[in-house]
Amino acid sequence: MAWVNAIIQGILTGGLYALFACGLSLMFGVMKVVNLAHGDLAVIGAYVALGVITVTHIPALWSFVIVVPIMAVLGYALQRTLIQAALDRGVLITLLVTFGLSVVIESGLLQFINADSHSLGVGESIITGSFSIGSQIQIPYLLLLIFAVAVVVLLGLQYFLSLSRYGRMIRAVADDQEAAQLSGIDYRHVFGIAAAIAFGTVALAGIAYGMYSQFSPTTGTDTILLFAFAAVVIGGLGSLWGTLLGGIVLGVAQQIGAQINQADQVLAGYIVFLLVLALRPQGLTARRAQS
Amino acid sequence: MSERADNGSTPLLEVRDLTVHHGQLRALDRVSLRVFPGEVYAIIGANGAGKSTLLRTIAGLHRPTDGAILYDGKDMTKIRPERRATGGIVMVPEGRRLFGSLTVEENLKVGATYARKGPWTIERVYEIFAWMKDRRTQRTAQLSGGEQQAVAIGRALVANPRVLLLDELSLGLAPVIVQRIYAMLPQILATGLTVLLVEQDVSQALRVASHIQCLLEGHTTLEGRPSEVTAEQVEAAYFGLGQAAAEGSEALWHGSTPSSRAS
Repeated sequence: MAWVNAIIQGILTGGLYALFACGLSLMFGVMKVVNLAHGDLAVIGAYVALGVITVTHIPALWSFVIVVPIMAVLGYALQRTLIQAALDRGVLITLLVTFGLSVVIESGLLQFINADSHSLGVGESIITGSFSIGSQIQIPYLLLLIFAVAVVVLLGLQYFLSLSRYGRMIRAVADDQEAAQLSGIDYRHVFGIAAAIAFGTVALAGIAYGMYSQFSPTTGTDTILLFAFAAVVIGGLGSLWGTLLGGIVLGVAQQIGAQINQADQVLAGYIVFLLVLALRPQGLTARRAQS
Repeated sequence: MSERADNGSTPLLEVRDLTVHHGQLRALDRVSLRVFPGEVYAIIGANGAGKSTLLRTIAGLHRPTDGAILYDGKDMTKIRPERRATGGIVMVPEGRRLFGSLTVEENLKVGATYARKGPWTIERVYEIFAWMKDRRTQRTAQLSGGEQQAVAIGRALVANPRVLLLDELSLGLAPVIVQRIYAMLPQILATGLTVLLVEQDVSQALRVASHIQCLLEGHTTLEGRPSEVTAEQVEAAYFGLGQAAAEGSEALWHGSTPSSRAS
């Protein structure tokens, strides 16, 4: 029964990891940017949420209404300035620039806030509560909620990309920027839109993590970015549903690892990550026509 | 050229002394041309003559080192490619360059995203390419080369261009397919379009064009109406052979300066 519990917990945690990963996957899929500041931006989202909750006293769950638009605007602005400038100089430069951004964010948070850990919505029953199935399986409401949010976000993204006008433009630009220009599309604006969406999901990831665990200025690189990378690689680059699968595999591996030995939780996740890299580097989901 | 200007119209598209470099290489050297409304203007020349570079520069994908591009009398030289497209200069790029993960219809919809007002709609494209409607939900990767070329043309048409730039339509296609595609041209022209095309297949270009211009190593070596030029002149201009023989027909030479012909 403990094993069943571990697997259920793992699957649900996978929703959180998928939320970490989908922004990273989207930015890579559309503009070939590997955003090394991804985790730190999620932490910024969490800090913004903390500020919003402190000032307005709204329930932590609803902070996303304010934080997601703020991060989306930040995403558009960063893409149109810093990241586009880097892209114009070559894809490798974006690695340096986003790495630099990551360092700046982390140092900035340490300098201007502090190194303390925070979490969001402590004491709100939906965030800390759980329900039981039988005697062994305990399911936190929050994990279930995060998993549902991840599925809704992925469904929404899928729907948006395949059916909306902007989604079509995003896919066209991802296929061929120059041909898109010849159709009158300003690919830099479309990149900005894609970044705004990615940053919106990053904000959700940051808030979710802030409620699930504790965050500090270094959480972005030492947890969120690494787990996001692992989920993306396991699932398959550029595939949205792959990120959910990747997140679930990572989550289950971690929980099973923890079941064997509490200290091996994170290690088990990375072992699966390395195995996938070695044996199936394209990821678990078969790569469909390059998206 | 003079008799074309005599009819009083102003050129819809004018290129003045255009020089374009690819790194150190000078791909175009002071090339000029004037395209009048309703014309089919063909640029011919061998591989590496600078034909595609000329078309891509007009579309805005290359920055010229010198010279100007005027569209409807307005200087477009510094305008971004997407603004040129929405302004009415639309290119069918070499190699078709369809959006491979999109369906046929989605490719057309992307082309129509910022369309100008005009006669062309996706339905109209389905009318001239009858097979396309039945296969509109297929990804373009599943189409044959000729079918892909038709979709690429359709994608450009639905933007309702005033000037349609066609870059090497025949590339990689069977001659019979090429003929079929060029056979569509009158239908397209009937809607009031002006066409500037680049073609390696000289006989095809001579058949459809109302005016031709030959490039050789980035220079203009010959220009005129297909009816005015002889096969020998075209051959000489195309391969750069027998400069002396061509020199006899001075009236047909509009390479901007004598020195530009020297190489």
